[in-house]
Amino acid sequence: MIPINRNMNRRRVLRGMLGGAAVTVGLPFLDCFLDTNGVALADGQALPVVYGTWFWGLGLNPGRWEPAKPGKMEALNVELQPLAAHKDKMNVFSGMKAFLDGKPNGVHFSGVQGMLTGTVPRGMTADKPSVDTLIADVIGTRTRFRSLEVCCAGNPSHSQSRRSGAVVNPGEISPAALYTRIFGPEFTDPNAADFKPDPAVLVRRSALTAVADDRQTFMKTLGAADKARLDEYFTSLRGLEQQLELQAQKPAPLAACTVPGKVEESPIGTEIEIVKKNHMLFAGLLAHALACGQTQVVNVAFSDATSSLRRAGGTQTHHEFSHEEPVDAVMGYQPTLAWFFNEIMTQLAFYVTTLDSIKEGDRTLLDRCAIQTATDLGYAKLHGLENMPMLTFGSGNGRLKTGIHVAAQGEPTSRLGLTMQQVMGVPVSSWGTDSMQTSKTITEIVA
Amino acid sequence: MLHVKKALAVAALTLTVCSTALLAADDNKAGGGPEVTRRLSQEQYRQVVADLFGPSIKVGGRFEPDIRRDGLLAMGASQVSVTASGLEEYDKIARNVAAQVVSEAHRDTLIPCTPANAKQPDDACAGKFLSETGRMLYRRPLTQDELTGRIKVANDAAVGLKDFYSGLGIALATMLESPKFLFRQEIAEPDTEHSGQYRMDAYSKASQLSFFLWNAAPDPELLAAAEKGDLNTQSGLAKQVDRMIASPRVQGGVRAFFTDMLGFDEFETLAKDSMIFPKFNTKVAKDAQEQTLRTITNTLLVEKGDYRDIFTTRETFLSPVLASVYGVPLVAPAGNWAPYTFPDGDPRAGIVSQIAFVALHSHPGRSSPTLRGKAVREVLLCQKVPTPPANVNFTLVQDTKNPQYKTARARLHAHATDATCAGCHKIMDPIGLGLEAFDSGGSLRAAENGETLDTSGELDGMKFTDAAGLAKAVHDDPAAPSCVVTRAASYGLGRLPAKDETDWVKSLQASFKDGGYRFPALLRQIATSPEFYRVGPPQMGALDAPSKLASEEIHK
Repeated sequence: MIPINRNMNRRRVLRGMLGGAAVTVGLPFLDCFLDTNGVALADGQALPVVYGTWFWGLGLNPGRWEPAKPGKMEALNVELQPLAAHKDKMNVFSGMKAFLDGKPNGVHFSGVQGMLTGTVPRGMTADKPSVDTLIADVIGTRTRFRSLEVCCAGNPSHSQSRRSGAVVNPGEISPAALYTRIFGPEFTDPNAADFKPDPAVLVRRSALTAVADDRQTFMKTLGAADKARLDEYFTSLRGLEQQLELQAQKPAPLAACTVPGKVEESPIGTEIEIVKKNHMLFAGLLAHALACGQTQVVNVAFSDATSSLRRAGGTQTHHEFSHEEPVDAVMGYQPTLAWFFNEIMTQLAFYVTTLDSIKEGDRTLLDRCAIQTATDLGYAKLHGLENMPMLTFGSGNGRLKTGIHVAAQGEPTSRLGLTMQQVMGVPVSSWGTDSMQTSKTITEIVA
Repeated sequence: MLHVKKALAVAALTLTVCSTALLAADDNKAGGGPEVTRRLSQEQYRQVVADLFGPSIKVGGRFEPDIRRDGLLAMGASQVSVTASGLEEYDKIARNVAAQVVSEAHRDTLIPCTPANAKQPDDACAGKFLSETGRMLYRRPLTQDELTGRIKVANDAAVGLKDFYSGLGIALATMLESPKFLFRQEIAEPDTEHSGQYRMDAYSKASQLSFFLWNAAPDPELLAAAEKGDLNTQSGLAKQVDRMIASPRVQGGVRAFFTDMLGFDEFETLAKDSMIFPKFNTKVAKDAQEQTLRTITNTLLVEKGDYRDIFTTRETFLSPVLASVYGVPLVAPAGNWAPYTFPDGDPRAGIVSQIAFVALHSHPGRSSPTLRGKAVREVLLCQKVPTPPANVNFTLVQDTKNPQYKTARARLHAHATDATCAGCHKIMDPIGLGLEAFDSGGSLRAAENGETLDTSGELDGMKFTDAAGLAKAVHDDPAAPSCVVTRAASYGLGRLPAKDETDWVKSLQASFKDGGYRFPALLRQIATSPEFYRVGPPQMGALDAPSKLASEEIHK
């Protein structure tokens, strides 16, 4: 085990580097390459855990996605068939719902808020942080990016990741821009033979101290609500400082880290073929970013909550079909809607496959991930909040059991958010408000 | 039937109470609303940089998305912060702007002094630049501590990088990403003319005024007026307001207000199917917004006309690509804008019939009387339409292949027989049906699925037969001018007017009506009102003795 000298902090390191000299000894071993138990095994044996969300709009058709029985899954139902190859590395949760407690149903809003923030707001304004940010505050504080968000359908506001009601982590909508953000000039290849800190990075880091020092005079005239809001700014500033600190240190080698080829600008929009192409580019970039230790939290919004996905030349969107398409009398479901769901689940499978394709020793990147899906509705045709489909992928470095179907009976969807926080190390025993409040861990999947 | 009555009652109640609700933010602050802290919008950031450094300094990068609250982004600005990825972007933008400012191409014109040695720090020169620039960025003079801190940054960075200008650029970048620049803070002080009440301090007033009228930070003259205390006298305030309203820059302010009110930010993500609407592209979307803004500013500022005329005027401006979508001949120099008047009898009258409105409030592949009617209610009349209920079967609404229901009117009629839906659709669809002559891309059409369109409709009892009739109905609706007054006040305040400000808003509405609905007069009345600068009691620490100002040192 490599000792962590907490006193060997950034200031000491920065002071030593400001002259531009390469520093190869005496650096603190980066916590981002330790697992959260503090066991330092940076040789690929126990790389850090990853949490992620993958969101799509409009749920799935009831009766067509739930496995036949609870417990170990023998087979997946028809709408999850694109994920069949991952059956043993995933879990399915059925029978959970969002409770409104008499509050109006903010259509396409209440359900996902309940699932990801544990709270159904009274209006159309969220007021709680999403589960990914709570987890990122625990596992994501020592990486270059506390989290990365992408929105595949062209609108950064589709992101479901929020630090508070009005502070939404916007998603990157351009794969080319995400590439530059992660692998552009500021990327430090952990496997590069040589490392020499850029004096400009050190100067910038030092200069940001002046911005941090603005805090005292700026905050003293603010009311409580504004203080909390502006605290988010200073949290972000701390993240920026940390990025620069990491750029100034030689990262530990990561055998699975490879730099992907440059991604060029491509069309952005809601037409489904465009969305799929961008999602696939995002999937590759995020997988590489995780393998290269750039972040431990990734959030994907495949569509918006209303799902404005559409086919080229079609007059209706996925959402409009959900309202308007008749249920086929023979098949018993809306066929066009099912077509969209198949496309979406196929893309989810692509994402999972991409994570699973990166080998890290005798395991894969997916094995240290715990990816939670989220959606806004149960049965789209009725825009109901019952039986909302939820899935997880990966074992989170062995913290989760997989291959299990948990069949609940009208329990809150917040149970999954609570469970994911707990297995990620967030010290929480109860989560959510009103009827979404729960202290009931989904023990069936906890290893 | 009970459901219908209930839905209608809810809808009626909603519309009735709406205007009141817009004036009823409860803040329990006697004499004024709460202080708000607003994040600069992308446009404001760009404007500040352009005003300070000139148009040759480019602002590149992606800004954090704004959010809309109670109908305006200007009110969302009081709710947002800066996320981690947002700050990354602000950092990049700031460094890029700073690098341009200190570059060899610009340093001689933008930096007011030359260092003794370009490879070493020069605190005197750095202090001069940072003091002057900081005053404009922070919209007030820097305190001595603030200036000393930034000079130290420039010094340290110049040593580290062995270059004065690079060091100065680093210091400038830290100002451009400081919350003191990115957020507009309101500082309260006792109102010496109204015992027991509080008002913004002079610099906060200057910002309040400048962002309201120009969508820009205070210019040197306004800051000087604040510094001299002129803004604390009614005559001094009025002098500055008149100067600013007389300036061509007020156009920028009015455009920013209507861009916000009309929700044009949604054009950034507006999708139209290129196979169905091949003429609709990003150029059309951009020009459509410009057309509406030109129509508005021409009516309100150039012709100094009645606000309500923006809903009925046939005079507009077109670019060649817009003329193509409208299907009208345009005599204009290649690529340029030209005035155009739609002839009498044409359904195009006013901004509601223009491409920007009808395209923005449509589905990607087809029109939507419901969305358009909702927009007229919510955007132009400030009336909140209830959100749709869950568990509704919409199958008949827009099944365009159903031979029984060829037009949107027929499909909506069938849908409105559903009791749960009828109440709300009754207050939206009859308005939007008047715009059915325009497809989702904004082009004129006479039929849908081979059936001649019926464009008759109704707005709160005012019946019409086409879009021009709808325009007249909106024009004559007293809610329209009342709405723009409330919106303008909220836009300037960054929040809904407080209970204590209800009388003030009502007086603004009355004056607007009595004065013939002249928009510049409304701006003037708001901007010269003590209420516009009145705030609740200050937050803890706000009335501490001010730090020594850097300018006091510099001008010794």
